Amino acid sequence: MKLSSPMDAWKYLPGTNCKECGEKTCLAFASLLLERNKKLEDCTPLFEPKYASKAKELAELLAPEIREVEIGVGARASKIGGEDIMHRHELTFYDRTSLAYDVWDTMAEPELRERVKGITLWRKFYVGEFLTLDAIAVRSVSSEAETFARCVKHVAEETDMPLILCSFDANVLEAGLKEVSDRNPLLYAADKTNWQEFLALAKRYSVPVTLFSPDLDTLNSLATTFAAAGIDDLILDPGTYPTGKGLADTFSRFVRIRRAGIVDGNKSIAYPLMAVPMTAWMTNGNQDALDASYWEAIIADMLILRYADIMILHSIEPHSLITERTLVANIYTDPRRPVSVDPGLMEVGSPTDESPLFITTNFALTYYTVESDLSSSKIDCYLMVVDADGLGVEAAVAGGQLTADRIKETVASYDAEKKVTHKTMVLPGLAARISGETEDATGWSVLVGPRDSGRIPGWMTDNWPPKT
Amino acid sequence: MRKKITFGDLASILENYDIVELEDVKIEGDMEVELSPSGAIPPSLIQVLQSMLNEVDKQVEATLSTRKSLIQVLQPVQYVEEKKVAVLERAKFEVAKAAWIGKIEEVTIGATSADGGTRESTVTIGGEKSLPFYNFDHQMPYPPVISVDCFDMPIPLAKAVRGFYEDVMEDPGEWAKKNVREFGADMVTIHLISTDPTIKDTSAKEAAKTVEEVLQAVKVPIVIGGSGNPDKDPAVLEAAAEAAAGERCLIASANLNMDYERIAKAAQDNGHVILSWTQLDINAQKTLNRYLFKLGVPREDIVIDPTTAALGYGLDYAFTNIERMRIAALKGDTDLAFPISCGVTNAWGARESWMKGSPLAEDSDWGPAAYRGPLYEIITGLTLGIAGGDMFMMMHPKAATAVKRVTQMLFGAETDGAKGVNVDEWVTWEANK
Repeated sequence: MKLSSPMDAWKYLPGTNCKECGEKTCLAFASLLLERNKKLEDCTPLFEPKYASKAKELAELLAPEIREVEIGVGARASKIGGEDIMHRHELTFYDRTSLAYDVWDTMAEPELRERVKGITLWRKFYVGEFLTLDAIAVRSVSSEAETFARCVKHVAEETDMPLILCSFDANVLEAGLKEVSDRNPLLYAADKTNWQEFLALAKRYSVPVTLFSPDLDTLNSLATTFAAAGIDDLILDPGTYPTGKGLADTFSRFVRIRRAGIVDGNKSIAYPLMAVPMTAWMTNGNQDALDASYWEAIIADMLILRYADIMILHSIEPHSLITERTLVANIYTDPRRPVSVDPGLMEVGSPTDESPLFITTNFALTYYTVESDLSSSKIDCYLMVVDADGLGVEAAVAGGQLTADRIKETVASYDAEKKVTHKTMVLPGLAARISGETEDATGWSVLVGPRDSGRIPGWMTDNWPPKT
Repeated sequence: MRKKITFGDLASILENYDIVELEDVKIEGDMEVELSPSGAIPPSLIQVLQSMLNEVDKQVEATLSTRKSLIQVLQPVQYVEEKKVAVLERAKFEVAKAAWIGKIEEVTIGATSADGGTRESTVTIGGEKSLPFYNFDHQMPYPPVISVDCFDMPIPLAKAVRGFYEDVMEDPGEWAKKNVREFGADMVTIHLISTDPTIKDTSAKEAAKTVEEVLQAVKVPIVIGGSGNPDKDPAVLEAAAEAAAGERCLIASANLNMDYERIAKAAQDNGHVILSWTQLDINAQKTLNRYLFKLGVPREDIVIDPTTAALGYGLDYAFTNIERMRIAALKGDTDLAFPISCGVTNAWGARESWMKGSPLAEDSDWGPAAYRGPLYEIITGLTLGIAGGDMFMMMHPKAATAVKRVTQMLFGAETDGAKGVNVDEWVTWEANK
């Protein structure tokens, strides 16, 4: 965005401090706009006719440096790009890298439908929510228009996810596009030879289109030409070479394009970037699938960190999906979000005075993990959250932030003695080292629980209620 | 104003673009018929002309009646104009170099006989003048290195890792040898965990003996790690540093909640490098480093460990913490301009790396743990390598090999392109049936 201080944005606001946005002053709202914690639409008075020109100017000034392109429709539509910064601590990364997994038109129909269903329904619980995947890339392997169209049709019947239609042949691509023209699919890809036909397709169907060229002069020329023709829902693929010098050059292209867009403010190349880690499969994918899936995840890793806004992957094995999607969740977590939760004595389910009392630390991730393990297993209990300066259990024990004294203070502060009659607490297995001291300091009985809270149900069978 | 063109103009435009035929295009427009006032035109012809004109009028009216049909009228002309700009607009790609002013300290670990040690190889890390692998700004001087862990007693390990070490767990020397011989370790880390009073409480003297064994067994540089017990570690690491005098080991570690002064002194007196360890806190790292400067530790004897958190368990904090430190250093903060060591083995603390399946029924299938674990270690290591890590302490051989391979490539160790890969052919790539 083009603004650097809240005052710059404030000049465009009505300045009436009407509080309709939920903030006390227009200036407070302006600073939240800059942090991207509020949207312009939250200022309803700004959309009265008399402010029309100010609203328009401010919207332009607030627009992210990297264009935001939407693919797909409905609840699962995916926003791509929209970034303003080079490093996440400068603010936060914004639209998380969309992960697209491939299907191809030479697959047998039942196999195809099953794969699409698998990608669509995949989910993993993580810090209070389910992670899901983002898109499906349909590849034309047959190079036959009819075969491709049929495949696209079948895919569309099985999923509501955004689709990426992949062929360098405009005729083949259009056959597929006709099947899903109302679903805002992404076209892949225009290059230096076919671009005129792709330009016409993107215009005729008004859908976003990918431009491909590892030569950055050509890529910039393609983007400039498309933009001049009025097509700016563009995504750039600078080529993903899987190994050797090609891999190093790929890394370099992604960084330099993003730097040109954000640091140098070069609008002609400030579009979302696409990576294709599935090129890892072209070197030895048919010899060793496990190695290929690892190498694919490695390429995904380096390009999730360095500026890919959308990527196409092949392995849908659980180990691939879990690692790739978790990394995206980590890198796109807002670093301004607090690291810690408040200490206290939480109730999980409906505990009684005979329910167990578990100890954990106030690192947000630790707390949410333990809390979800307990509630998912329907264990009624107390969870006592000790202030460990926002560190996880293992680190806090090593660093002296989770100590017998702090546990003692927490027990006293939250009247734990009045909640349970058994005066027994369960320490995390990773805090076994301080169990003796804790017993001495608190006067409670201390049981050492499992090293991972996922194993609490099994542990309960053998250890609760405590043997007297 | 819209330019008026005639059929003749249109024909020559089409000719310019080699267009022989326009499909699905209807040309509509004005028709002017000049009637001579004094001419002898038969009334029948006038009637015919009038009915033709009426027809034209009706068509024009119908055409103008809706905006939509107007656009239909204009479309063919627009289409021709698009084709007219159908030449690629040449736009050269240019980007500025980053203007970093700082330089990361160069640190060598290990000493050969020329420098009073007995190592056959040494490693040098650091020296960067730009972010990792940003060779377009400045060529990175040294690639990252891998140190493979071994322990002074058998320890519980994830199943996927245990198999590799089961035969050497009782013998730290053999364990270290295996790390070098079979897993290609650049360095070996010996963790003296049995010294922890809550584990085996073995003596500092015994720890020193273990270090001697490991130095005998391998000829690569070694890292000497304590048990992590802040009360015991100073004595243990002091004894170990004395036993390894002259070998220029990396002593792991000094930290703020222990007698770091004693450890720093032992390292200095015996010619070692010291690892300055803090927990995800950039200010604490600056503070500890300054304490070490005050104690007279030379800059080339310091490596920092800002803490590694596993993928899914705080990797975002570790990544950003390391990246911020590296960027601060490159911007001129000399308190932070040191090579960075990452304890990547921590990745095995993530339940996804070792647990058989998800504890949550709502999750999709997790697949075999044996496939997840090494990948968790790889992703944790590579992620921190891209943030600024120079050295990775690792455990699973496959993970160590993969991180080594990719960082070597990114460093620029390979000069050939991707062999036999036409990168746009992934679209038609066929998986084995």
